[in-house]
Amino acid sequence: MAASSGRVTAIVVILAAVMLPVGLDAHAVAQPVRVGSKSFTENYVLAEIVAQTVEQVGEAKAERKLGLGGTGIVYGALAAGDLDLYPEYTGTISRAILKDPSVTTVEALRARLGPLGLTISDPLGFDNTYALAVRRDTAERLGLRAISDLRRHPELRAAFDPGFLEREDGWPGLRRAYGLQLADVRIMEHALTYQALASGRVDLIDIFSTDGRLARADLVVLADDLGFFPAYQAVLFARRSLAERLPRTWAALERQLVGRIDGNTMARLNALVDLDGRPFAAAAATFLGRPAPGRAGPQLRRELGRLTLEHLALVAVSLAVAVALGVPLGVLAARYPRLGQLELMGVGVLQTIPALALLSFMIPLFGIGTVPALVALCLYALLPIVRNTYAGIISLDPQLVDMATVMGLGRRQRLGWIELPMASVTIMAGIKTAAVLTVGTATLAAFIGGGGYGTLIVTGLALNDVATILAGAIPSALMALAIHALFEALDRLVVPRPLRGRVAT
Amino acid sequence: MGVEATRLIVFRDVTRTFGARAAVDHVSLAVERGTTHVLLGSSGSGKSTILRLILGLLWPDSGEVIVDGIRVTPEGRLELARRVGYVVQEGALYPHLTAAHNAALPARARGWATPAMRARLAMLAELVGLEEHLLQQYPAQLSGGQRQRVGLMRALMLDPPVLLLDEPLGALDPITRAALQTDLGRIFRELGKTVVLVTHDIREAFLLGSTISLLNNGRVVQQGSFADLARRPAEPFVAEFLRAQAPPPEMTASL
Repeated sequence: MAASSGRVTAIVVILAAVMLPVGLDAHAVAQPVRVGSKSFTENYVLAEIVAQTVEQVGEAKAERKLGLGGTGIVYGALAAGDLDLYPEYTGTISRAILKDPSVTTVEALRARLGPLGLTISDPLGFDNTYALAVRRDTAERLGLRAISDLRRHPELRAAFDPGFLEREDGWPGLRRAYGLQLADVRIMEHALTYQALASGRVDLIDIFSTDGRLARADLVVLADDLGFFPAYQAVLFARRSLAERLPRTWAALERQLVGRIDGNTMARLNALVDLDGRPFAAAAATFLGRPAPGRAGPQLRRELGRLTLEHLALVAVSLAVAVALGVPLGVLAARYPRLGQLELMGVGVLQTIPALALLSFMIPLFGIGTVPALVALCLYALLPIVRNTYAGIISLDPQLVDMATVMGLGRRQRLGWIELPMASVTIMAGIKTAAVLTVGTATLAAFIGGGGYGTLIVTGLALNDVATILAGAIPSALMALAIHALFEALDRLVVPRPLRGRVAT
Repeated sequence: MGVEATRLIVFRDVTRTFGARAAVDHVSLAVERGTTHVLLGSSGSGKSTILRLILGLLWPDSGEVIVDGIRVTPEGRLELARRVGYVVQEGALYPHLTAAHNAALPARARGWATPAMRARLAMLAELVGLEEHLLQQYPAQLSGGQRQRVGLMRALMLDPPVLLLDEPLGALDPITRAALQTDLGRIFRELGKTVVLVTHDIREAFLLGSTISLLNNGRVVQQGSFADLARRPAEPFVAEFLRAQAPPPEMTASL
């Protein structure tokens, strides 16, 4: 009789014991250089160039934490000491990180970053900023060379990305600074504007100055003759300790990268990835003049195997912990109604925090990687488990519960012999819900370097490559199905036979 | 103390209210050792509240309840389990446990060894007239009468001096009911238990009860033997209650 609750505990412990070593990174003996990147092509390629340079020098290993979800997360990781460096842009540092647009020069930035234990390299040689582009034939016909030339041609039809249309350092500010009066400005997703321009449906679009498509299309980028667009010079954003700890590596990075990547080179590398479908590492190798690492079938299969293990570990560990916490919390909630309401509200509120926000809250506490992902996933999995345990126990026939008291069962006996087994169907339903949800949510772990199938999805999103997205999304869906089936089978171990649906009479 | 020894259950001016309603209203009762005391009344008359007060599932607002010489308090509730066995309508068996597991629960809670439990189960199965192979069945696989016999085994597991039965036969068909009624009377006599039986069925009260307390609106209207109640009703309500359930004379005559 007591076996049922004992079995649940045993399963949880076994799952945790098996999965824990897989989930946590083993710390290398020599501290590696931890290279981060955001999740867009250019940042991936630059980070790969950095990582491969580190490996070339051989002073320390390179540990790649690529495809992190946005400035807040990557910067948070760098500030917390979880990253040693990542590629960043001066404009982003002054505006988004220091929140002081007046700091523009490299020296001024360094002076502000120094007290934080951070520094930047000299510029790598290109700007990634907004620019306006027209077709070459339009430029030649109308004699367009700079943005101020547009004043004479209010009839030009423009298509701008929603972000550019809204940002103060985009169209609204630009129009005021140059006194532009375009009659026809429409909103269009960035991915579609090149096509619209090429097909002649519009005459003017906004671009990023290192966009890969720029290297291939026959476009003229209009000069920012009034210097409106803020400088977004690419630099390496690093912890100051890196240069002290690994002087040869830092020197090599400065020698091989600083001032060596101009806008055309960057656009060409971006094009290799975005247009030719080459891996980030291959584009980086091209720049470094090294043989490109191949990407044959077996390697993808091995990668998929590794990601599957990572994903499974994320799900298993977070779920095991969520069960170990959630079931007792549910029991407590059922015992003490006041506390229970607070608790259910608490786990409910957790659920309303968007997953990405929750993940980024974890960074100051746990850094980036597997641990914060596990914590966030575990918090997400709590709600269905706590709520179902609570509901399962609260809804038991009061006469049956009273009878346990009358028979002289102690609190633990009543819980283990009567309440948990009788509520087991409901509790298991909550755990199944949590399991399937966790498989899906775990794909977001990639945004904070937690690994798993999300790595492919994030990469695919950066490349706008549906095949890569599906390579992550389909196994994730299959895993959700498999886990659902596994838990249906687990019912046989946990739920007493007569409670499992039909009973022979 | 001598009087207390023969009175196993004593209510001294007990009142228990739920909101504004007094479910039990200044009730005083005494149940003599070895007798069967029937609490008779319609639903809402306070019968079940009295049982819950004896079981320690409720406390009196005023007055006191004494069971086997011990005052019922929240702290003493576990002690009560050894003194009081409890049987309710349809048995209230746990659906996830076999009949044997259900019946053995009170012993298991006290850490009995398996052989002792087995022997006790076999003895009780014979006493209540349950075929032993049925002990391995789950409650859903048993008939209503069989479930009630298992419930009785569970109540008797620790051999308590007091048995409380709350409408034990309420959900059974007439034939099963009659058979179980006979068996219950026999078991009470054989074991010499002190029994408190709650029912609204006059026939059951007549067959099983040596003393009857008729309850209405939380008060004891009259206490005595069936003959006392029938011949000298203390209030018009008593006669009315008894008459309402009596079969018409033509029916009794033609049987």
